[in-house]
Amino acid sequence: MGKAFGVVLIIITLVSTAVFIFHDFHGISLWLPVDASAHGHRVDHQLMETMYGSGLLFVLSQIMLGLFVWQASDRPEGWKYKIFPGGAKPMVISAILLVGIEILTLSFVGSKVWADIYLTPAAPEALPIDVQAGQFAFYFRYAGADGKFGALHAEKIDEGSGNFFGLDPRNDVAARDDVVVASLVIPVNRPILLTLHSKDVIHSFYVRELRIHQDIVPGLMIPLHFTATQTGRFEIVCTQLCGLGHYQMKAYLEVKTQEEFDKWLKDQEAAQ
Amino acid sequence: MSEAAHQHAEPTGFIRKYIFSVDHKVIGLQYIGLGIVAVVLGMILSWLMRLHLGWSTLAIPGLEKLSPAGAPGNVMTPEYYLSLMTMHGTLMVFFVLTNVPFAGFGNYFLPIQVGAPDMAFPRMNMMSFWVTFTAFLVLIAAFFVPGGPPLSGWTAYAPLSAVGQDAGPGEGWGQTLWALSIAIFCVAQLLGALNFIATTLDLRTKGMSLARMPFSTWAWFITSVIGLLAFAVLLPACVLLILDRTAGTSFFIPGGLVISDRLQAHTGGSPLLWQHLFWFFGHPEVYIAILPAIGIVSHILPAFLRRPLLGPRVLISCLAAIGFLSYMVWGHHMFVSGMNPFSAILFSVPTLVITIPATIATLLWIGSVYGARIRFTCASLFCLGFISVFISGGISGFFLAQPSIDTYLHATYFVVAHFHFVMGVAAIFGMFAGIYFWLPKMVGRMMNETLGKIHFWFTFVGVYCIFMPMHYLGLAGNVRRYAAFTDDYLAPLIPVHQFITIAALITGAAQFIFLFNLVWSRFRGPKATENPWQATSLEWSTTSPPPFDNFGGRQLVVHQEPYLYGVEGSAGDYVMQTSPETVEAR
Repeated sequence: MGKAFGVVLIIITLVSTAVFIFHDFHGISLWLPVDASAHGHRVDHQLMETMYGSGLLFVLSQIMLGLFVWQASDRPEGWKYKIFPGGAKPMVISAILLVGIEILTLSFVGSKVWADIYLTPAAPEALPIDVQAGQFAFYFRYAGADGKFGALHAEKIDEGSGNFFGLDPRNDVAARDDVVVASLVIPVNRPILLTLHSKDVIHSFYVRELRIHQDIVPGLMIPLHFTATQTGRFEIVCTQLCGLGHYQMKAYLEVKTQEEFDKWLKDQEAAQ
Repeated sequence: MSEAAHQHAEPTGFIRKYIFSVDHKVIGLQYIGLGIVAVVLGMILSWLMRLHLGWSTLAIPGLEKLSPAGAPGNVMTPEYYLSLMTMHGTLMVFFVLTNVPFAGFGNYFLPIQVGAPDMAFPRMNMMSFWVTFTAFLVLIAAFFVPGGPPLSGWTAYAPLSAVGQDAGPGEGWGQTLWALSIAIFCVAQLLGALNFIATTLDLRTKGMSLARMPFSTWAWFITSVIGLLAFAVLLPACVLLILDRTAGTSFFIPGGLVISDRLQAHTGGSPLLWQHLFWFFGHPEVYIAILPAIGIVSHILPAFLRRPLLGPRVLISCLAAIGFLSYMVWGHHMFVSGMNPFSAILFSVPTLVITIPATIATLLWIGSVYGARIRFTCASLFCLGFISVFISGGISGFFLAQPSIDTYLHATYFVVAHFHFVMGVAAIFGMFAGIYFWLPKMVGRMMNETLGKIHFWFTFVGVYCIFMPMHYLGLAGNVRRYAAFTDDYLAPLIPVHQFITIAALITGAAQFIFLFNLVWSRFRGPKATENPWQATSLEWSTTSPPPFDNFGGRQLVVHQEPYLYGVEGSAGDYVMQTSPETVEAR
């Protein structure tokens, strides 16, 4: 029975690890998608460091367990148990030292990565875009030619007439040229500053390729900044359970060249 | 002391003996029984969910009868999926993972392991179970109310859970009953925790110093302390949620919300307040589930390794350290919640620090397996399996503890894999080990080992087939709590979900082998002797099952450490805790 346990455990360990290593199977990629943001490679790097460290721990500890159980099945009746060389002390010390060093390193390096995304202000030249989430759609707002966003009035929100943000263009000059669209279109290689807010329940803003994730909380205006480094079309999905249509709540992020973006914005301004 | 605590005579009527019993053993079995009902229900819900995730248009015969609105034409609606998910999580976390390893086994064995005739407050103990049972009925009632069962997950984030019917299906009566059920559950847990603490501190028999208490007793004791502080926070949180829903207050609801085209009347509340209160309970709850399992496994392993564990005091210190740290880490559930991002770093560090006592405990188990001659029984196999799944679940914690990586992995299947392995599967393995080990004591009959081993192999390989692939899905960015995968991005991953579903169906079916074994052994199993495993702690110094007052009027005197195995004693290679013989230290 012990041998079977050892063999099965070691097979499970090796197969599990192999899928992490090879991760591409007939068009199914079981790995992170391409990184399309300026900070993403640092998140990926941090993830890989953790993967190596904890992967090693996983493989070593499972195989050790499997081997010891295998050995334990062969022993004769009346066997006097052997104590692990040194007893508990070396284990405690090595756990504190090895895991301690690992977590100190991860904490220091990881905190810097986190701080660069969430604790530093956006660059002054960042393009501001306002994002409103609601059951079950995202809407995006550009300030228009005057560079100013119109004020938000919850009581004026009316999906039927397309006033998703609750703007008041009749009385509010700044709101008149605001561009409201259902896709997030941005220029490549330019810092973007989103202001996220929700009109009803908690939603989330998650773009896998940007390695960025932020809950959108009603009552809060949450800033989030990033720079996309590749043109293309990516999904923005909601990851915070928001009701029956949660699984379908998504929008597209379109990263264009600066010229394409300028033309697109001009067309939108003309259309609205 | 023990006289005073046990003045009541053995009841003779059926109702006082088996229903409203004050006997901790009956109450323990009631908790375990309720847990088994809840786990079967929770597992069937997970089957339905998994079928829907693999084949989202699949008609499941009979489902429409169960819920005409939730499954028209037998095909599950997205909102019904979310309801099943919510009920699955709530049943499993509260009524299985809290009830069985802690309240169930703890009630049965804590008094016996410290040599007490009953719990310190037997009536309060009875009340604690029946309050739990009421909470269970209230939760199940949520399936049958207008508007359907709640769908905002076992975490019930406000304002979705707080604003009522406007937020969509499942947000009416179902959600109110959910909050009420959890509030009632908290009351029961507080009563239970007080009882456990008082019993451990006050009712230990002569010679049972704290240092001589078994690991399991230590784990139940530490868990009670955690539970006392954690449920005391969740209870008022649920009360506030009920008030927001029914009395027009705005604790968790900010102003200016427009839901279903209606401007809500609430103003001034904070959605993050709910999350802080919930996770201040929620993270310690993970340890309420896993510490008793750790204690049970550490208690059972020595009996089958025929040796004491390495570093017993270190292991108990690790349990205490984990319990202490569990209160400093709740914010790691909230890295991307919109709280001050600086606090993410402060919550990350103690989270990572928890890996140190957890690693030490794991190394102590593995180091104890080294050089032993193992008796391979179902109980010992589930203990060894526990070590393996605890490692697998713990390792992924390294990733999720770091806010920079959580940025990518948050709310993906990576998280689902992590918590299912480390608190779900590991705690369930602890429960299985406990049942195979203690059933002979509890009902006086042995379980069938062959059936048990078949059950073990299906379960052990099965859980890896179910939960390991979820890590890969998470790395690929597969978001959790989706009723179907309709995105361009997620659609290619559906075959992996189908594989998981098939694994879940097979592994789930194998659990019926266990249930059959349990019922069959209860009535037909060979009679158990007083000490079938040649184990040392006090529960093996009395008959199987123990008499009403546990030791038949004797007051036991404890002379030994709890795990004297691999020694030359008068009874064989072990010395009972009650044996007065002199044992030479090895």
